[in-house]
Amino acid sequence: MSAAHSAGTATTNRHKLRANQLGIVYERDGERIAALEDINLDIKDGEFVCVVGPSGCGKSTLLNVMGGFLSPTRGSVTIDGEPVTGPDQRRILVFQERGVFPWLTVEGNIGFGLSKLSRAERQQRIAHYVQLVRLQGFEHTYPSDLSGGMRQRLQVARALAVNPDILFLDEPFGALDSITRVIMRGELLRIWQTERRTIVFVTHDIDEAVQLADRVVVLSSRPAKIQKVLPIDVSHPRNISSPRYLELRDELLKQIGLAYEI
Amino acid sequence: MSQPKRPRVWEKVFWPVVAAALLLCLWHCGVQWSGTKIFPFPLSVEKGITELMRKHVLWADIGDSLRRVAIGYSVAALTGIPIGLCLGWFPAANQVVNPLLQILRPISPIAWIPVAIVFFGVGDPAAIFLVFLASFFPIVVACVAGVSSVPVIYRRAGRNFGLSDFALLRKIVFPAALPQILIGLRIALGVAWLVVVAGEMIAVDSGLGYLVIDSRNSGKRYDLVVAAMLLIGLIGLALDVAFRRLERVKSVRWGFRDAT
Amino acid sequence: MRFPGWLRPTMFLFSLLVLWDLAVRAHKGLLIPGPLAVLAGIGELLQHGLLLKYVVASLFRVTWGFLLACVTAIPLGLALGWYRRGEMALNPISQIFRPISPLAWIPIAILWFGVGDLSSIFLIFVGCFFPLLLTAVSAVHTIPAVYINAGRNFGLSSAAFVARVLYPAVMPQLLVGMRITLGIAWLVVVAAEMIAVNSGLGFLIVDARNAGNRYDLVIAGMLVIGVIGLLLDLAMQSLEQMKSFRWRSSED
Repeated sequence: MSAAHSAGTATTNRHKLRANQLGIVYERDGERIAALEDINLDIKDGEFVCVVGPSGCGKSTLLNVMGGFLSPTRGSVTIDGEPVTGPDQRRILVFQERGVFPWLTVEGNIGFGLSKLSRAERQQRIAHYVQLVRLQGFEHTYPSDLSGGMRQRLQVARALAVNPDILFLDEPFGALDSITRVIMRGELLRIWQTERRTIVFVTHDIDEAVQLADRVVVLSSRPAKIQKVLPIDVSHPRNISSPRYLELRDELLKQIGLAYEI
Repeated sequence: MSQPKRPRVWEKVFWPVVAAALLLCLWHCGVQWSGTKIFPFPLSVEKGITELMRKHVLWADIGDSLRRVAIGYSVAALTGIPIGLCLGWFPAANQVVNPLLQILRPISPIAWIPVAIVFFGVGDPAAIFLVFLASFFPIVVACVAGVSSVPVIYRRAGRNFGLSDFALLRKIVFPAALPQILIGLRIALGVAWLVVVAGEMIAVDSGLGYLVIDSRNSGKRYDLVVAAMLLIGLIGLALDVAFRRLERVKSVRWGFRDAT
Repeated sequence: MRFPGWLRPTMFLFSLLVLWDLAVRAHKGLLIPGPLAVLAGIGELLQHGLLLKYVVASLFRVTWGFLLACVTAIPLGLALGWYRRGEMALNPISQIFRPISPLAWIPIAILWFGVGDLSSIFLIFVGCFFPLLLTAVSAVHTIPAVYINAGRNFGLSSAAFVARVLYPAVMPQLLVGMRITLGIAWLVVVAAEMIAVNSGLGFLIVDARNAGNRYDLVIAGMLVIGVIGLLLDLAMQSLEQMKSFRWRSSED
């Protein structure tokens, strides 16, 4: 990995998350299907890693294993040296859609994981994150009255409010229109640069990966293996017309096997 | 809070058997412990069932109940489906008729018995009328709901291909509404079975419902009462299962597979 | 010309009433009375205070039977919906009990509770128990997995999970099931009163016929039953609107 890092990449060299020879095999209709095979990955603290791959290759499965929602058939995941055995508040998963609770307001959702705090502290945190994701004025609104982009921002706020070490995002902008998606990428980067966490971001959008990540992990199609890990050595803000950006993007397209001329 | 591990295939048989065995034990112990002279032991019920089967009467009773259901239900379906489809197709008509239906629907079919007796006399026709009443409303409601829930885009696509109103109804709306109509028909069948038994307890002197009340009245034969109840449950279940098999027939399956 | 919404249905009902009246006049000596006689019958019942007394008796039984069924069947159903094995165990048994008309339980009800309020409450309880059980089980099954995963993600205790995720998530579907079951309860109470009790709207119908073929009272009773049943349904619907309006899923 290139030593030419600048602001926007890992703050320390400590390993935050380590996946060791991860494999998942599951049964369906009597057949054993290998979803993931021999995944070895080291993610540093504060890093922004994107996982890309063809549809259905197992990106979400990988995320669910890392988050502790699925048990691997082989291998293990450790976070800060501790093996991952189940879901935990220290690593929050942000889903593609319907992730926010429709029966709670914006405030209610953000405060969902904060029940152990004192009232004053909770109010303070909620106010902070409402501001961070720019949902001021909507504190008492219900998700059904918010747009898709706003709901995703709410999910991120809810996730961040409990101060997790790692944030897993499973194609969080996939259900949004392309203009909103671009805006949301900017928002996410802004939030990440303000409150640095380790982020693992799954997407099928190549541009998104190149725009956001410090490193891009390319998964092959099923059974998914790590095909390539591509470091993005462009500092933020990234110019999407710069030659280096386009070079990296083309490299990714090639990796996935897509032509870059239509 | 973690999710329990996936159950195995053999567990599908294991647990119900355990539960049933437990229930029978509790039943047996309950009867023994309470010292009741009347409420039967599980074994007495089983003997009661065999006794009923040997006496020819049981098969006649089952036949009578099923016959009444068959006739009342068929008439309800033959009248209810067209009416329901029309009401669903013409929302204006629905608006007019709906209040009447909403007032009639909560009136238990049993409450219609005196009126039924005036028109049909005591006996079979009255019971059939009750079954008809009970089945009619669920069928109409399901048809209306089915037609109104056909997505507008289906209708537009039909018009796009130049279909006339009637062809539209036949080729697009009816198939699209079919899953919901079938669910309504299945529910109506269940209700019909409930009502025929209840009706037979009052208005006729044959059938499974009559068997239940007669067993008690002539000699407090509670073993036969419970036996008849179990038979009612089993036959009702069999009707439901048979109907669900029908729903699985290929031409209708698409509706349920699509359903979210 | 725009007519108010209620005009056409009202005219329709009115024309039916007219047809009814004409039909009765055409057949002299029919036991079934015309609409005016029925109206007079309602007046008579109100006058003697019987109507109110019977309505209260029926509502009392429905309320008790229904509530008892709710507090037993719903928690049990939610638990069974969550624990697959529990559901596997009890499902076949419930499926056999469900098609048994509550009225078929009358001999047992009379044996255990005698003739009176308690046995009719028992019958209503039996009639409501299985539908509510099945609704609760189905409601748990249709909770989107995202809510469950999110709840687990935030490290909630079991009790907190049930209170803060499971319960709100099932509420809308549960309310719909409860409304339907309340309708069933109303049907059962009337039928039960016709057979096994000595008061209430069902009894009114049976009594009116037996004591002198007072079919005007019979039909009056039927109408009151219909109207009250409808009011119960509307009341539950407004409850649904109130509570589940906010809990409805955020679907576009």
